This record gives sequence, structure tokens and C-alpha cells, in this order.
Amino acid sequence: MTALDAKIPGGPLADKWDAYKATAKLVNPNNKRRFRILVVGSGLAGASAAATLAELGYQVDLFTFHDSPRRAHSIAAQGGINAAKNYKGDGDSVDRLFNDTIKGGDFRSREANVYRLAQVSVDIIDQMVAQGVPFAREYGGMLDNRSFGGAQVSRTFYARGQTGQQLLLGAYQQLARQIGLGGVRLFNRTELIDTVVVDGRCAGIVVRDLLTGEISSHAGHATVLATGGYGNVFFLSTNAMNSNVTAAWRAHRRGAMFANPCYTQIHPTCIPQSDPTQSKLTLMSESLRNDGRVWVPRRADDDRPAHLVPEDERDYYLERLYPSYGNLAPRDISSRAAKRLVDKGHGVGPLKNGVYLDFSAAISRLGRDTVQERYGNLFEMYERIAGEDPYAMPMRIYPATHYTMGGLWVDYELATTVPGLYAAGEANFSDHGANRLGASALMQGLADGYFVLPSTISNGLAPLLGKTVPGADHPAFRQAEQEARERFAGYVSRKGSRSPDWFHRELGRIIWDHCGMERTREGLEKALSELPALYDEFTKDLRVTGTDEGVNQTLEKAGRVDDFFQLGMQMCRDALTREESCGAHFRAEYQTEDGEALRDDDRFCHVAAWEWTGDPMQPKRHVEELTFENAHLATRSYK
Amino acid sequence: MSHLRNLTLKVWRQDGPDAKGRFESYVIDEISDEASFLEMLDVLNERLIGEGREAVVFDHDCREGICGTCSLMIDGVAHGPKRATTTCQLHMRSFSSGDTIVIEPWRATGFPVVKDLMVDRSAFDRIVEAGGFITAPTGGAPDANLIPVPKTVADASMDAAACIGCGACVAACPNSAANLFTAAKLAHLNLLPQGQAERLSRTEAMVEAMDEHFGSCTNHGECSAACPKEISIDVIALMNKDYRASKIRNRKELSRG
Repeated sequence: MTALDAKIPGGPLADKWDAYKATAKLVNPNNKRRFRILVVGSGLAGASAAATLAELGYQVDLFTFHDSPRRAHSIAAQGGINAAKNYKGDGDSVDRLFNDTIKGGDFRSREANVYRLAQVSVDIIDQMVAQGVPFAREYGGMLDNRSFGGAQVSRTFYARGQTGQQLLLGAYQQLARQIGLGGVRLFNRTELIDTVVVDGRCAGIVVRDLLTGEISSHAGHATVLATGGYGNVFFLSTNAMNSNVTAAWRAHRRGAMFANPCYTQIHPTCIPQSDPTQSKLTLMSESLRNDGRVWVPRRADDDRPAHLVPEDERDYYLERLYPSYGNLAPRDISSRAAKRLVDKGHGVGPLKNGVYLDFSAAISRLGRDTVQERYGNLFEMYERIAGEDPYAMPMRIYPATHYTMGGLWVDYELATTVPGLYAAGEANFSDHGANRLGASALMQGLADGYFVLPSTISNGLAPLLGKTVPGADHPAFRQAEQEARERFAGYVSRKGSRSPDWFHRELGRIIWDHCGMERTREGLEKALSELPALYDEFTKDLRVTGTDEGVNQTLEKAGRVDDFFQLGMQMCRDALTREESCGAHFRAEYQTEDGEALRDDDRFCHVAAWEWTGDPMQPKRHVEELTFENAHLATRSYK
Repeated sequence: MSHLRNLTLKVWRQDGPDAKGRFESYVIDEISDEASFLEMLDVLNERLIGEGREAVVFDHDCREGICGTCSLMIDGVAHGPKRATTTCQLHMRSFSSGDTIVIEPWRATGFPVVKDLMVDRSAFDRIVEAGGFITAPTGGAPDANLIPVPKTVADASMDAAACIGCGACVAACPNSAANLFTAAKLAHLNLLPQGQAERLSRTEAMVEAMDEHFGSCTNHGECSAACPKEISIDVIALMNKDYRASKIRNRKELSRG
């Protein structure tokens, strides 16, 4: 076990980022075009990084497996983006956003990164408005805000229930401008399947053209992975169907450490599963908890429809348990509260697998028009999926996997443990600790791409000026291509009896049962005995029809499921090793008398970063100690 | 929860861009009415793989109606029978036992078929690359509240910006015109104060990029009727007005001079 160095600049917390920028090495504008940067992923982090780096003059290649960069899953974020603008005059500040984020992450994130995030949050809003993002406005033309879970101020900027869409389109449009100008070359329907390391430095990537099946190499001076999270390891999640861990995982196998994989967020407000063929779960924005009240019938197995349950027989349990935050308690806390009540038989709906989110009080207080103005499209979405009218009867909701705080380990510069390889957005681990607050994912993706990477990448590239780096004809690329070709040909030639989806569903079931909302030593050990057996079956009994040439979505899926298996084993190992409860990682053995997470700061106030050893069951654990010099290391309380 | 029985699917299969396509029929014996349309196709594909046959290729991703990846002409209607609903949000409760359902890819010259139900919509990206942005490089933006935007303007801009770029408008148009898509992006940016500096150059560039790939608009209104985000055809009138202005004032030529 070695200690990892996050390379945090010295000086007072509030001055670190400015001090870093003031001393970071720069690349002369005329020399920037000598450097090629590969950006993988076109979500908020990838699109904003690619556009900004190209504006600065670097040659940028952008890779996305989508048909268009505009499809990236950032587009599905609904509620909003946080920024410490204090436009409401309600006492917000960079310090407060910093403290809320550190506390929300249950003291498992890195102070310096979080402070920088809070600092640049204000620049993000300015930048996005200048680009034409149609944020919600007050009648006087000023920007409107709403409040979100884990905060007592209104600092969330939003564009109806489609904030992610509007921010992504803003970043995509900046990217499109650079594509049109020739600053960025776009490789769409192209998936990363390996990274290449030469003499300890990332030399580039190996990709597969999803239209032809052709496997080829791209060399660059720096590579950025902005490839999102791994929530689909659960099979059922709110992630888009194609979201996967492959890019991060293949980089991990080449030497990039993977940090805190067990920190996976379960979002409290999703539409419950309704039938066995279901392929994904749909999230209803957390912003609904501003005006919706969460409740279950006091009596277990109460079959009466919601409107027949009298007021005094309803348990508004979040308001009861967490009076100061009420329905806006953070995600991990709200999710576990729902799970406990459903497990005790208080669940509602035909499968008794949900809790109510009720708007009747808001409708009588504000009127239907105001509620419609705020949440109209979310209500429509709910009606389309659930077939029930939420104006007339309460929504049914239940927690589902939504976001992964874990990811590739990065230092203050967002550099992984492989020099020349960076990770941004959900793909890295750094800012959210053990639990992410609502409206902070969009903030982090754009902070990384627009404001952090452009500075840190220049600092990394400056020393390379005038040096030759390996080209795509280097033997290491040839070898990686050959390995990838054999791997994909291998999936096709296995000729077993089960589809990739079948294995994915089974994998997801094990992970959800034992490494989901509540984890135990016994369950995790069980998962770690079942996973290798199922993975072994995958290597023998997989069936992929068609060939490895041309479009073959079944083959694409096989490669992704393979990597999810390996990640799943590491996730359970990480959860087993972390013998404490913190944020979204809840080990039943470690809880307070009233069922709250019980941290163990003496033993686990650190980041766990795993090194690939060649055997997914035997990764090697390293730690980065976390020190809290500014935030007060305290037991989190939302009561 | 109840079930639909005995559905016949007539699905367009085409091996590649230049291959000749054909319809293949499949029977779905039973499916939950809670299943989404794409989940029904998942079930079909699982069966096809089990039989050693190639799965039907179709584009999809978020399955919550926002990414714009899914498509499909269902019984000749873009995104199927339910108003303001993408294919991924269409549920089987919109169909009945015994139905025959015809499933085709988007039908438009600007969107060539890649395989089966998957088409190439990259011409949309080319239109945006031509001018669908506000030039505001990172850094140096003024404080956000220095640019007040009246609520009505922000709302109208947002109505247009809700476009998901799925291409239903083109698929529904008898001329395969992309006017609604292009005009929606133009309305989003041209209505805002931040978008004024490039308003006419943007309009000219985007309209001309659109004309390279797509047919001409003859005001059928099918685009707006098919749009899952219900974008109003009014945006096309705005675009035409700005395009005319761009030609009369010919800013592109003057700025070059």
C-alpha cells in the first residue's frame, strides 16, 4: 500500500486555485497547435473541455459512441445547477457552498478540489448565460433560483425541468462551432476500447468504429476521459442504456487507479419498477421535493387508495425525522428512509414498491397553474410512464441508482495515476465524496471542462514542447489493437446460449441485492462468491449473433458487460473493505442507534484507490489520506 | 397490469446502406401493457439472439424522451400514435391485442439508412456547426445578471430550445425538409439579447447548410404535428423573416469587404 499524492498547492484554501493558475506553466499560443489532445466523451465535461481547448488553439479530436455529441447523457439531468451567486441575498457564499458540498459528501471528499468547484461555480453561470442558455427568469429579467436537497439557500439555476439538456446544448454548440472552424475533429459512433501507455505515459487510445467494426489507433499528447459514470453496473438505473464503464475501466487496466467504486448514489425520486421486462428506471427531478410532500400510510399493508387515507393516518416521515430539512433531506438519507418503510410493508402501488410524493398541499397553496409552471413537463413525463395523473393523485416514487461518486483517481490537476491521462466529470472521483448533492453534477462537469482542465493540461503539456511522442504506428498501439481484435472476435465465436443482456441482468441483480442501498459483510461476501462464478459462465456461455464487422449492437453490449463484471467485483471488494458507513455507502453493521450512518474517521478518513493486478478479484488497495483543515469534521445531521 | 396478446410486428430489415431492404414479420405472443415500445423490441431481440439470428438494430439511449436518439415510423407515424411522445416513452397500453404494427426507419433522403431501423442524422450536426451557436469563448463573460432577459422572451426561447434533434420533423415532412429543426435552433438563439450580434449571419449560414442536405418547406405543418416536443411552426416564419433580412442587408458580404 502506497500513499497517493494529490499535489494540492500550498497556501490558504481560498487562494490555492489562484496560486496554482499564477504559477502553472503555459504554452505559447503559436505552440498550442503543435499539441494534439484526445477527448473521449461529449457530455458536459467532454464537450466543454474540447471546445475550450480548441478555442485556446490546441488540436483536439473528440470521440463519442453516440451518433451526435448532443446525445450524451448529461442531457437527461433535469433539476438544475448550483452556483454560489447569492442572487437571492439569502446568505449564500463560496464558503457556504463549499461547506454544504463537503458535508453532503460526508467528509470523504478533498477540500481543495471542492473549494475550487465552489469558486468556479459562479463563472459557469456567467459563461452559460453568455452562450445563450435560456435559464428561468423572474419577471424583471433577472435569473431565478430554486432550492435543492442538502442546502438551506436557493442557489440552483434551472431551465424548466430540462437544465441538463440546455447546458449540454450550450456546450455542444460551442463544440459545434469549433468543429465547423476545424479546431476539433469529430469521431462519432466511435467507442474507446483501450488506452495505450508507452514508457509510463499515456500515448493515446484504441477505438472501434461502431458502423464498420474497424479497430484503429489515435495518438495524442494528452488524453481526457470524460466518459461518465458506471451506474449501469446495476442493470436497472436511471442512466441511459448505452452509458458504460469501458473507457474508465480499460484505462484502469492500463495503470490508472480507480477510487472509491463503492460510492454509488441511489436517487430517492424515481418511478418504481412496473414490470419484469423493464430496461431502465426514470428519475423524477429532486426539485419536485421543493413542493411535494413524501408520505406512506401509517398502517402497514394499507390497501386504500391515497385519497381515502385520512390525514392523521399518513406518515410524512421525512418531515417527522428531519424537521429542519424535511422533504429536502439529502439523497442518501431520503432513499434509505423510503427503503426501510417499504421493507416494513408500508409501500404503495400495485407492487407495494413505492412511497407517495404528494402535491395536493402545493396545489391548494399555490394553485394548479403555478405548480404546472414549475413542474409541468415532469408531471407529463410521469403520466406518460406511470399512466396516472399526478395533479389528481400522488406520484409513486422509489429510490434507484443514479450517479456514481467513485471513478478514476485524479489529483488536483485532474490527472490520473498515468501521466498524460486526465479524467473529468462523473468519470473521476474527486468532488462529491461519499454522496453528491443535487444540482452539483452539472456544476462539476462544466467546472472540470471549462475552467480546470484548460489550465492543468497546459501545465502538463508545456514540458513536452519540442519532444517527440509515440505516434499511432508505435508497436504498443499495434499490440493493443491486436488484443482488442481478439477480444471482440472472441465474443462472437463463443457461441454459447445466453445473450449479453441476460448476463447483465443477472449481474445487476447480485450488485443491487448486496451492494445497493444497504450493505453487510455477509452480503458482500456472498456477492464476491457469486460474481466470479457468473463471470466464468459469461466467458463460456455467451452468445453474440452476427459478426464483428458492420453494426452489431449485441457485440457492443458484450464488451461493456465484460467490463461491468470486473468493475462489479472491485465495487464489492471496496464496499467490504470500507468498514464504516458514510454517505451513500451504508454498512448495516455501522449505524447509530437511530439508524444513521456511522463514520469511522480514525480508520477510514481516506480515499481508497485500487490498482489493477490482472485479476479482478484481487485488486491492490492504496490510500490517499484526507485532511480537513477548514471544514469541521463532524457527524452529519439534517435534523 | 394486464397483457397484450398476439401482436404481429412487420419490421424493416436492411443489411447495410446499399443493401435492398425488406419487411420481416414477427409474432409477439404476450407482452405487458406496462412495457415500453422499445422494451417490446428488447424482448424480440432476446428471442432472436436465442434463435441464433441477428437482433434488430435500432437507435436508442436515454429512454426518457430527452436525448433524441430513438426514432421509428410506427404505422407510418413518426414516434407512433401518442401525441408529444417519443418512441421510447410510448407504452404498449397504446396498442391492443391482435394489432399488426409496422415499424420502419425514418424515411428521408437526408437521413440515409445505416442498418435496419438505424439512420444517419449527422446532417443535423452540420447545420448547427454552420452557425447554431453564440460566439462566446470561455472566460471573460460578464456577470449573468448584467444581461436581463424578459421572462416572456426567455420562455419563448426555451420553447424552441426544447428541440431534441430526433428528426421526426424531417421524417414526417413529405419533402424531407428540416425547416422546423433549423428554425427551432434559430428561434432559441435569435430571440435572446445575447444572440443579436450574429442573428443574421447565423440565419443565413444555417439555412444554406440546411438546403445542402434537405428538401424545401411547402408549409404542410406535418413537422409540428409530429414533433414530440410540440415545437410551433411559428418558428419557421421567424426564420424566413430573418433569412430575408440577411439577404437584403447582405451582412456577410459587407463584413468581408
